[in-house]
Amino acid sequence: MNLALRDIRHHRGRFVLTSIGLGLLLGVVISMGGIYRGLVADAVAILQSTGADLWVVQQNTNGPFAESSRIQEDLRYRIAAVPGVAQAAPLSFQSVQIERRGKPFRFFLIGYDYRPGLGLGGPPALIAGRPIAQKHYQMVVSQAMNMPLGDTIHLGLHDYTVVGITGKLVSSSGDPVAFVTLADAQDIQFKQENNAIRNDRARLAAWVAARPGLGAGQERLLKASLAGLTESTHTVNTVVARLAPGAELGRVQAVIGRWNHLRALSTEEQVEILTKGMIEKARMQLGMFRVILLVISGVIISLIIYTSTLDKIRVIATLKLIGSQNRVIVAMILQQSLLMGLIAYFTGYVLVRLTHKNFPRRIELVPLDLQVLFVIVLVICTVSSLVGIRKAMRVDPAEALGG
Amino acid sequence: MFAVEIAHLTKVYGQGETKVVAIADASFQVVPGELIAILGPSGSGKTTLLTSIGLINEPSQGQVVIDGQLLADDGWLPGVDLKRVRREKLGFIFQHHNLIPFLTALENVMVALEINGHSRAAAKARALELLAALNLSRRPHNYPAALSGGEAQRVAIARALANRPKVILADEPTAALDTENGKNVMAMLKQIAVENRSAVLVVTHDQRMVEGFDRIFEVRDGRIVKESKGWKVEGLAAAGA
Ligand SMILES: Nc1ncnc2c1ncn2[C@@H]1O[C@H](COP(=O)(O)OP(=O)(O)OP(=O)(O)O)[C@@H](O)[C@H]1O
Ligand SMILES: [Mg+2]
Repeated sequence: MNLALRDIRHHRGRFVLTSIGLGLLLGVVISMGGIYRGLVADAVAILQSTGADLWVVQQNTNGPFAESSRIQEDLRYRIAAVPGVAQAAPLSFQSVQIERRGKPFRFFLIGYDYRPGLGLGGPPALIAGRPIAQKHYQMVVSQAMNMPLGDTIHLGLHDYTVVGITGKLVSSSGDPVAFVTLADAQDIQFKQENNAIRNDRARLAAWVAARPGLGAGQERLLKASLAGLTESTHTVNTVVARLAPGAELGRVQAVIGRWNHLRALSTEEQVEILTKGMIEKARMQLGMFRVILLVISGVIISLIIYTSTLDKIRVIATLKLIGSQNRVIVAMILQQSLLMGLIAYFTGYVLVRLTHKNFPRRIELVPLDLQVLFVIVLVICTVSSLVGIRKAMRVDPAEALGG
Repeated sequence: MFAVEIAHLTKVYGQGETKVVAIADASFQVVPGELIAILGPSGSGKTTLLTSIGLINEPSQGQVVIDGQLLADDGWLPGVDLKRVRREKLGFIFQHHNLIPFLTALENVMVALEINGHSRAAAKARALELLAALNLSRRPHNYPAALSGGEAQRVAIARALANRPKVILADEPTAALDTENGKNVMAMLKQIAVENRSAVLVVTHDQRMVEGFDRIFEVRDGRIVKESKGWKVEGLAAAGA
């Protein structure tokens, strides 16, 4: 006969309600774990959809996602020429915030070489429409942008028309992704309004005029080269490369790294930078909250089990009096604690399973995480029942006699 | 062999100022099948005597022997599994039935059998048989809260009898019942003593309830001051007391 179940059956309302309450707590714990996994998945989503082996960025930076990196677009040709590199292509990234339907709307704009066979890092499989087919004013958006085919959006100086829609793809900060051609991306990033350009020119002229020591030739040269620098639009954030079959990653990295203004990061290094560096704090934060919530759950379970043991002092004394083995009494308390944990865990799990699609950020439920949490919950239940068990072990069978 | 044998049993609670000698130098033997009453005013030590014999109250001095097994000799004998002796050889009945509130009448009896190693099916069969014998077959699935005082006490008796104990210890089993039910319970205890050959020790302070008992011990201030015999049972002579 299972005493734990009989006891619960006798006041199941209280037991079930408490368990469900705990289930809500565990639901938060589960979703926090899922949020962390979601952060990791989001962080590497673009990295993975790009499918490159190498990410060449500005030296001494962890670009292009974690830090800003600027390199010349035409480096793609030098990189493509490195032995072992099969293909190299430039990519530009920028976060864009616009006003849409009266609300700020953020997305992540990727500029890529749209020409078939020449580019890397373009949109992954399309679910509607077609790829970008001309150099200007076309756009492929991810689903989360919520834009139908044919819709237009004004960016920089021009309107861009949605020609294709790709699946769910987000940036490392969870913003939806859109693709334009590299030329358009550079336009949007660098082409300023005419007034702004005129202002810059005037400032440059004033700066030169304030230095009378310059000869006329020097002055012209300076103006031209400065203007060339400030108005240059032929920079990108990274050049990505794919290696030829059999090529050695380390060797290619070393060759590119020797050019003193570049750094070649492998995909693994990028993952490391993105997961360890960028979301480490979020991980610790979420982890801390999870620990706190688990401790709270443990305290609640202890309290419930302890008070329910107090309620049963007479029962326990009677059981001892009629000669029950300690294990019978320990089992009664421990099983209740474990059952409470089980109900709570599955309540939390089902809750998160049913709702996780509706969270603003991705919640990724990893089976291993869930299994580990399950074991942790069981351990917490066991430990929490100890106070009750200790109390029960100290009950004097003579207490059964009291009136 | 005696079912119960105590010799120079003494129980002292507390020390110094608060010292109470609850039982002082009590000695007697009880043979199987004997029905014993322990009478005495409140605070005289009746419960202490019963719980010492019941192995839940450690004697300060003296010996306790149950069914030939020495269990206390100036305190518990080390290495003895008292719980085991309790579940195998002793049956307890209290003033308040002490049934487990979340178990049905049937389950309350079954639990005593299951902790003593009976299978569920065997426990159920025996429990039903006991409930029937105690005229309780109509409500085996009632919870204690849904039983009358007399019914609950009979379930408690069924539980005490479950493992065919050598000794039944009853502390004021009739105090919470009306006279009618009280007399019934006493009659049952008498029947149990005779039919099961159990030694039955009943604590009471109600003189009217001890009709038909084999022996009556009167306790005052922890001492057995008087022992009167009802009628002699054959066992007493046979055991060679
Ligand atoms: N746990 C205890 N600690 C200290 N003193 C106790 C304890 N239990 C009983 N006593 C004392 O021992 C004495 C005998 O108590 P006991 O309970 O055996 O009396 P009793 O004859 O059963 O009384 P009643 O008829 O009221 O049940 C009393 O003076 C009581 O105060
Ligand atoms: Mg008493």
